[in-house]
Amino acid sequence: MGSNMAEAHPVGFQWVMEAKARGARVLHIDPRFTRTSALADKHVPLRAGSDIAFLGGVINHILSNDLDFREYVQAYTNAPFLVSEEFADTEDLDGLFSGYDPETGTYDTSTWQYENGLPEHSAEGDRHREQSAGEQHGSGGPKLESGTGIATDETLRHPRCVFQILKRHFSRYTPEMVERICGVSREDFLDVCRAWTSASGREHTAALVYSVGWTQHSMGAQYIRAGAIIQLLLGNIGRPGGGVLALRGHASIQGSTDIPTLYNLLPGYLPMPDARHAGKQDYVESIRGTHQKGYWHNADDYIVSLLKEYWGEAATAENDYCFGHLPRIDGDHGTYRTVMDMIDGKVFGYFLLGQNPAVGSAHGRLQRLGMANLDWLVVRDLTMIESAEFWRNAPEIETGEIAAERCRTEVFFFPAASHVEKEGTFTQTQRMLQWRDRAVEPRGDQRSELWFIYHLGRLLQRKVAGSTDDRDRPLQDLAWDYRTEGDGEFPEPSADDVLRRINGADLTTGELLDSYLQLRSDGTTAAGCWIYSGVYAGGVNRARNRTARTEQDETALEWGWAWPANRRVLYNRASADPQGRPWSERKKLVWWDAGRGEWTGHDVPDFPKNTPPGFEPEYGEAGPGALAGDDPFIMQADGKAWLFAPSGVVDGPLPTHYEPHESPMPNLLYGQQGSPARKVYARGDNPSNPAPPESGGEVFPFVFTAARLTEHHTAGGMSRQLAYLSELQPALFVEVSPQLAAERGLANLDWAHVVTSRAAVDARVMVTERMRPLRLDGRVVHQVWMPYHWGPSGKVDGDIVNDLLGVVLDPNTLIQESKVATCDIRPGRRPRGRELLEYLAEYRRRAGVTVETGTHVMTADTTASETAAPETTEPETTGRDTTAAPDTTDREEDA
Amino acid sequence: MTVSRESFYGPLDDVSGDAGYTEHPERVGFFTDTSVCIGCKACEVACKEWNLLPDDGFDLLGMSFDNTGELSANSWRHVAFIEQPAPLRESAAAREADAVDLGLPSFDLPGAGTGEETRTDFRWLMSSDVCKHCTHAGCLDVCPTGALFRTEFGTVVVQDDICNGCGYCVSGCPYGVIDRREGDGRAWKCTMCYDRLSDGMEPACAKACPTDSIQFGPLDELRERARQRVATLHERGVTEARLYGEDPNDGVGGDGAFFLLLDEPEVYGLPPDPVVPTRDAGSMWARAGVAAAAFAAAAVSVFFGRSSR
Amino acid sequence: MSRSLGRVAAGDTGREQRSPGEEDFRSYYGRRVLKEPVWEWLVPAYLFAGGLSAACAELAAGADLTRRPRLRKAARLGALGGLATSMYFLIADLGRPERFHHMLRVAKPSSPMSVGTWILVAYGPGVGVAAAAELLPARLRRRWPGKLIGALARPAGLASAAVAPGVASYTAVLLSHTAVPAWNEARDRLPFVFTGSAAAAGGGFGMVCTPVDEAEPARKLAAVGAVTELVTSRQLDERLGVVSEAYRTGKAHRLRQWSEYLTAGGALGSLLAGRSRAAAVTSGLALLAGSALQRFGIFEAGVQSTKDPKYVVVPQRRRVDRGEQA
Repeated sequence: MGSNMAEAHPVGFQWVMEAKARGARVLHIDPRFTRTSALADKHVPLRAGSDIAFLGGVINHILSNDLDFREYVQAYTNAPFLVSEEFADTEDLDGLFSGYDPETGTYDTSTWQYENGLPEHSAEGDRHREQSAGEQHGSGGPKLESGTGIATDETLRHPRCVFQILKRHFSRYTPEMVERICGVSREDFLDVCRAWTSASGREHTAALVYSVGWTQHSMGAQYIRAGAIIQLLLGNIGRPGGGVLALRGHASIQGSTDIPTLYNLLPGYLPMPDARHAGKQDYVESIRGTHQKGYWHNADDYIVSLLKEYWGEAATAENDYCFGHLPRIDGDHGTYRTVMDMIDGKVFGYFLLGQNPAVGSAHGRLQRLGMANLDWLVVRDLTMIESAEFWRNAPEIETGEIAAERCRTEVFFFPAASHVEKEGTFTQTQRMLQWRDRAVEPRGDQRSELWFIYHLGRLLQRKVAGSTDDRDRPLQDLAWDYRTEGDGEFPEPSADDVLRRINGADLTTGELLDSYLQLRSDGTTAAGCWIYSGVYAGGVNRARNRTARTEQDETALEWGWAWPANRRVLYNRASADPQGRPWSERKKLVWWDAGRGEWTGHDVPDFPKNTPPGFEPEYGEAGPGALAGDDPFIMQADGKAWLFAPSGVVDGPLPTHYEPHESPMPNLLYGQQGSPARKVYARGDNPSNPAPPESGGEVFPFVFTAARLTEHHTAGGMSRQLAYLSELQPALFVEVSPQLAAERGLANLDWAHVVTSRAAVDARVMVTERMRPLRLDGRVVHQVWMPYHWGPSGKVDGDIVNDLLGVVLDPNTLIQESKVATCDIRPGRRPRGRELLEYLAEYRRRAGVTVETGTHVMTADTTASETAAPETTEPETTGRDTTAAPDTTDREEDA
Repeated sequence: MTVSRESFYGPLDDVSGDAGYTEHPERVGFFTDTSVCIGCKACEVACKEWNLLPDDGFDLLGMSFDNTGELSANSWRHVAFIEQPAPLRESAAAREADAVDLGLPSFDLPGAGTGEETRTDFRWLMSSDVCKHCTHAGCLDVCPTGALFRTEFGTVVVQDDICNGCGYCVSGCPYGVIDRREGDGRAWKCTMCYDRLSDGMEPACAKACPTDSIQFGPLDELRERARQRVATLHERGVTEARLYGEDPNDGVGGDGAFFLLLDEPEVYGLPPDPVVPTRDAGSMWARAGVAAAAFAAAAVSVFFGRSSR
Repeated sequence: MSRSLGRVAAGDTGREQRSPGEEDFRSYYGRRVLKEPVWEWLVPAYLFAGGLSAACAELAAGADLTRRPRLRKAARLGALGGLATSMYFLIADLGRPERFHHMLRVAKPSSPMSVGTWILVAYGPGVGVAAAAELLPARLRRRWPGKLIGALARPAGLASAAVAPGVASYTAVLLSHTAVPAWNEARDRLPFVFTGSAAAAGGGFGMVCTPVDEAEPARKLAAVGAVTELVTSRQLDERLGVVSEAYRTGKAHRLRQWSEYLTAGGALGSLLAGRSRAAAVTSGLALLAGSALQRFGIFEAGVQSTKDPKYVVVPQRRRVDRGEQA
């Protein structure tokens, strides 16, 4: 779901084809009939943006028919845990959870805690309000004060146990409701349910694959939560052939979150320090609970080792290991916030390394106007991309909004070496690091990113060498002493040396570390990324392991290296039953060897090696020692998988169907139309198309979605310059169903233009049966699809599709909602120059779009049901089509 | 000057031997299993990269995702995309919905959508076409210069230093594969990566194919594998699966590159029953002989008889 | 999968809708299956010039033996002129004309073009010597090379006349021995159309260039050739199944219709041309033009039959559906 694997990940798709050849059934649930659908056993089209309704339907189907893998659910998930009495569900509050603050559009998560939840929640809630990033919590999940001793009901019957809360929350997600919301027939829906639930239990598993079709929504994190809940209920996590598999956007995107290019994370998913953290101890306390279980409890070891790697000798116990040198964050510094700050004159310089936001980011116009208002811009790329040339070929040149001679931004372009011209690792979707050797020498001035950053740091360090300003201390103290290869003033740094530093070493002996378990908080170890510790275990570059699959078993541990500790299946303790025996012979992966008193198996066991299955920790115990023998989820604070997320997800403890920010449909389940915690920006340069209960939505009657083609690479910087790729998809097109074509007078190969309140984009028409109208709640809704690879530069050019989108973000990830919007489509080409601006203004006038459109996020009517106690509210059996009057509170996102 | 003497028609166990090789490797070929093709076109790109072919122009063809169109002098692999529409459902509700919908909210009874529109019989076929390297190759037979030749691997290759661009091969190919390159004047087509084969490597397209839709190997093995694959698909209810070009008794003596198709060949742009023109060479020359004799007889006879001089 | 599905043009949502009564077949977006011949107008021009040359060589030899010097001279020169222009056309049509001699690397029985090349090799020298004898200035005839040429002229002319039927007929195999439906399906008839057309052209040429009193064999040859061509050409229109449509329609049809008018007119004229030189010239020109248009028409029909997938798919599909061995 939400993945077009055959087209966007064709190399990985070979394994799906292999599974199919071996008898697996492949289901593709996606708005479009794609090349993936063509190869799937079944394609189920649904309306873009309605996935949670579909998944909720599946959850309801499982729970109403007792189809869950009960032994697994009881033992390995938080299903039996009791939730606080203060918690109120969306069933009680017309689509809101308890703790919602309409003023700020955020949740205080304190009422979502387990029954014995301890204090400090409110502080966390505060922090979310400002930073709004679930990734703050890193790979270990959020802090939880309680580890042992959570109130439970093993019978799963207590009305406040997670299992019952889940059941009630999804009780109205019936096949009929799925049909009305998603446009999926009951037959198709039930067929998917049957197929999915049959791949469950001791003998069977199902794998769930998603990609950016899920993440790029205003509630993308909740889409994934919904998928994870199903997989947990069916016992498909931590087992061979199971899992929730995130296919990353391109090469080493996984690597760039592990060792992040994100403002709110340090390597290994350690959170970036906050402005209010007094010192290291305060920071560590704030990210782990005193009593929580698992390996995240050892966060101090990880951060100190990181600081030792950053500042080397300069980092000592006396100076808090230079913790004070780390930058602090005090709010949202995400990419979209930064771009708006550029427009508002608050940002002066910008580095773009392998990114082409002028084409590839949502609301391209906003991106370009931001870049046109800088002092300097550094672009490192393979070719002259649009983001380096916007000052002379942006669409805004034609409309007069950017004038080349007056554009103040000084652009520095650095040609980059491609992946075959440099060595290093890619971390792919399975968290696997694969070493790449240099195949050819870079030509001309092309240099690696490593070279650029290393020498930039070196020159900056030299520049501040004599400074006495305190502010320069972090730079002066930095241990910037990587090995280099070659001569001259600018030799190439050694990628191998960098990988060794990332792996980490024992500073007393100089030996490379074998595992993150060896990290210490006393300053005797250094590691650049704790989860990568072990990639150089035994002094061997494990990422360079290349034993063919034909020469090893199916787990293939000798190909590359996967973090953590070369485990191929995370949480694989769950592949054995609570007693430590494989669930079945067919699905065995890891098991308890009683004879030797250790966990063993085909994969590296993801569990304390010698903790027996029946182990029960002492009450109040913390850290890895607090993990019971049946706590497979060792990075979770309670050792269990979370069906219900008591904290860590800022827009609700359970996934809930909300309509996308722009939708032609009212929310049929609740008065709350869209996600109540989504990030909206009321700015004149970021208008939204109206959605119910606002009027004017009929001006943009069609559902818009955009995606990639196999033949091009994202914003086209790597493909539109190449004749062999450009000829395969030479022009921007828009796919419409024959019915929509007839309705709007569109003919195959003719020009048409797609319009939103932000932009109008020209494209050639592709009339295809692959797009088909959906019947939703008694009306027909058309979907329109466009690939987004074109821009003004390159061998083939075209309008920029991302200009059609506005900026609305998932509050957890700050990822934009770019997979769904509303639009209009008209035959012929769009107006040009100034006339285009007038044309768009006219559209906005007709739709009644103002700065405030779409920014009043709360539409629930909580007055009706607030008095009803959660226990006594019967699940409603019919949907609500009407909505309450909109809340008139202004969001204070922007002044 | 050499005189070639290959057989013209019918099954042939040893094509390379027939072409005069005394010792030679096994005949190799392609088995393209279109039932697992994902239409990624990696074969097209890998082929062009390896063989340094020119691009074929940047034209949007509006034929599904096919912007290559056909095999040509510059495109030696061509992925066809076929969208097969479902038969119209005769549901009144669906027809009405299609007819009256204006894209604006039209409130019918809630839940009136009965899933009638749901399409389960729509499919999107993809198939990577290539030169067939026929047992009896029309292009090779008619080439007057010897530029086209049979390799030791049983494949058919043009020597670009010999070809004088007469164009006869273009009309001689019953599959419409080989073509003359604009601005170059010579004929070009797939060589099955003759240079790679000589170095013990598989052709670039097969190497690049992520799903093993393009399989390369000894032809006999491929034929056996293909027959098994068809049997498997038939067992699974894919009864429309059939092999194309695999039969040594067909009009070209069987193809060195054959296919598993899911519909009639002509749907993929392939001729349903191609025949090498050489099959009729004997009869054609015989008819020409008769015509020549008649011509000679007429020429002689006009000088006899009544003279008006 | 139902056969009715996408019965018209697969992959294309019904754009190739054909009117009722027309052949029902499936194709890939209505695109051609075969490549169009890369040959241009030079090739049909070559076919005409070659045929003309062959018929002239026959007339020249006959005239030589029956002592018709003016017919002999005209025919010998016609044979050389036809040959020279045909060679020019042939070489100019190559993608790499400078490599024309690569044709002489091999002799391939499977390649009509190779066979034709060697036929022309056998044919050309005789035509050349015979024509050279006619062109030799009087002062050179006394010297020994001149004498030699004079002596060789008759055997050379006879030799070329012996090969000429091959020159006139092999071009039919050249076209038929292709996958081009209109040419391949016409393989049984095309040799007669071509030799008839050649005879008509050669006869016509003789009528134009020779006084009526020596031109009787030319008139006869023209008449016989024209009748043969007219009869067999009609068969192309009617007896080739679906493929006949390529001859009956479009540009091919128009060219061949004019060819028929001119050839028939020329043939009728040849009956009167014994008395009037003007009628002879007019008829001869008509026959020449008719023969040329025939070649262009047949060529065009071949090109058309590759452009429309119908001509490939329909006959082959029928064969398969009937379970016939190819």
